[in-house]
Amino acid sequence: MTVFNLAIELAYWQQTVIRSILGLVAVLLPAGTLVYLYLFKMMSFMQSRLGPMEAGPYGSLQLLAEVGKFLQKEDLFPRAADRVVFKAAPFVVLASTFLLVLVLPAGPDAWFINIDTGVFLALAVSSISVIGILMAGWGSASKYSLIGGLRAAGQLVAYELPLVLAVMGVVIQAGTLNVQEIVLAQANGEIFGWGGIGNPFLITQFLGFVIFLIAIQAELTQPPFDMPVAESEIVTGYLTEYTGMRFLLFFIGEFATAGIFSALAATFFLGGWYLPGLDPTSNLFNLIGPLVLVGKMLLVSFLIFWFRFTYPRFREDQLQQLAWKVLVPLSLVNIVATGVLKVAF
Amino acid sequence: MNTEASAQQLSYIENQASDARVNIELETEGMTLNLGPQHPATHGTLRIIVRLDGEQVVSAEPVMGYMHRGYEKLTEVRTYPQVTTLVNRIDWLGSFANEVPFILAAERLMEVEAPARAQWIRTALFELSRIANVVLFLGDMAVQLGATTPVFYAFRDREFVLNQIESVTGGRFHPNFDRIGGVKDDLPKGWIQETKDVLVRINSFCEEMEDLVVGNEIFQTRTRGIGIIPADTGLAYGLSGANIRSSGVDWDLRRDGGVGLIHDQLDWKVWTHPDGDSFARYWVRLQEVRESCKMVGQILDGIPSGPIMAKVPRIIKVPPGEAYVETENPLGIMGYYIISKGDLVPYRVKIRSASFNNVSITPWVLKGVYVPDVISILASLYFILGDIDR
Repeated sequence: MTVFNLAIELAYWQQTVIRSILGLVAVLLPAGTLVYLYLFKMMSFMQSRLGPMEAGPYGSLQLLAEVGKFLQKEDLFPRAADRVVFKAAPFVVLASTFLLVLVLPAGPDAWFINIDTGVFLALAVSSISVIGILMAGWGSASKYSLIGGLRAAGQLVAYELPLVLAVMGVVIQAGTLNVQEIVLAQANGEIFGWGGIGNPFLITQFLGFVIFLIAIQAELTQPPFDMPVAESEIVTGYLTEYTGMRFLLFFIGEFATAGIFSALAATFFLGGWYLPGLDPTSNLFNLIGPLVLVGKMLLVSFLIFWFRFTYPRFREDQLQQLAWKVLVPLSLVNIVATGVLKVAF
Repeated sequence: MNTEASAQQLSYIENQASDARVNIELETEGMTLNLGPQHPATHGTLRIIVRLDGEQVVSAEPVMGYMHRGYEKLTEVRTYPQVTTLVNRIDWLGSFANEVPFILAAERLMEVEAPARAQWIRTALFELSRIANVVLFLGDMAVQLGATTPVFYAFRDREFVLNQIESVTGGRFHPNFDRIGGVKDDLPKGWIQETKDVLVRINSFCEEMEDLVVGNEIFQTRTRGIGIIPADTGLAYGLSGANIRSSGVDWDLRRDGGVGLIHDQLDWKVWTHPDGDSFARYWVRLQEVRESCKMVGQILDGIPSGPIMAKVPRIIKVPPGEAYVETENPLGIMGYYIISKGDLVPYRVKIRSASFNNVSITPWVLKGVYVPDVISILASLYFILGDIDR
């Protein structure tokens, strides 16, 4: 299989190079887009200000300025820090992001890996970031970081479960763990015999979609679930001691993961790269599929960032209660209902 | 010692020892966390030493004095008209309100009374500075709880109030406008209509906060039942202002104290809340902003004409004596105790500021709460660092 269904045959190393570059693009592009579009601009407009306006037209080059600023900063270590752990932590977090993007299909043939356990892989690698955050919290040798790191670990472990269980409904309905086939199942599906827009699982799995959104909000440690980085009490939690390049890596990791989780939500619930009215096997989708996916991703991440800028944060015990007492039972009910209906119809 | 008694004693010691062993086995290692002096939550330099067991506070101790500026001493080498310049920096968000009790105390010593128009202007500015102060609290409380947006609305709408204060006094933050025997200038032309427009904006800001913050479920779960201060405990610690009114104590010096300002001629209401928790403190302050808007509106409609200065000598020498005047300032009760020996300068000035007492309850109220609640309780007690340390 080639990356695109082109006439030319590529050697394995050529494919690998192309895939690596595209993977880098797939991580950095959503991160940059989300930061500029939502963090800089949408947030500012919500808060009756303009946001960055000076660097480039409408502040569009502000990202470059920020990255340049971070790159110039000195690479500082706290004196008591565990240097190896402290240094490695941002890369562990970023590694989880890069592994996560691999399962996303962007067209019938445009994918990085196409395996039958794609959903399983995605949910498994997304929890690697917990280790990185714990490393950062412990390695910084700061009380604020330690509290933040432990809070993050508890929170991420708690919300991993609703995240997985919310996707289970989709998996049951599609009958496969293969992400590509989940997209095709939605594209070829029918709503009571009407196949005009396929059958995006948003309609049948609406509860799952809501739970998935809440869970990824918590996984990203964004408000209202930002207790691990609560800047008004524990400074910025596990990020407190990081500056410069390493802080930038955490930052990219956070926003790239936000983009990729949104894209996953779009793939599971909104039909992924498929656009209604076209033949899902057509070669056209290898070109417009990525654009469609990005469009749907922006739609989902708009919701995420909208919540982020509006709500105050939960307390640690309150958000654990929300996970275990509300989201997990609800998603179990969702799975049972989906299973029964799947067998019945 | 007989055998029975010693056997009893031995078994008692044994029980004690086993209790101690259990306690040691279950004990977790505590941690001391310094919140401050540089910390994002304290918007100033308050340091709180918190002893933690996990995330639970075992003991908390506020350390004050990082911002001590020695105003009580400095007033001893300033003439009476110069003192207002100093003291309006105590609570820098509602600075005009700091000048009023000092001027009232000096007027009492000199036995002069400001003309009616000056008193009305004074009250209008007093309430406007309360609005400017508390509006910022309404946004800041939300930002301490993690919602970033309300504080920008607060800054946006406070700006209009500051503009109005500036157009009368010439100073946005430090008006230095109150004089012994009256006020410095009359109101500028068109000010009354502009201020009415601003009051409409502030009222709509209050509606916005009611929607965005008070009505928010997460805000309610974070503040309801958190940091409850019973009325008698609050009174014992000397809380005042909205902090004690939200514990159900119906006590407002604007209504009950009644010196020098004209609140008794206006139609308004003292709001209280029975709960005494963080939510009550927010809610009471929100209502107080609305009441202040109501008051300013009435003042603008009913302000009498006439002179703005009483007859006072050009060089002010205050006759010997002592006077204490306190008023209901935005943060609580603020009072000045002036001792005069008949000189150009006060012999001694003691400043009673609200935040010092409001913060002194923290060791009691923070005991046993979680770290996130430390922040929400501190934010809801609402202190200004300059008002603590003076």
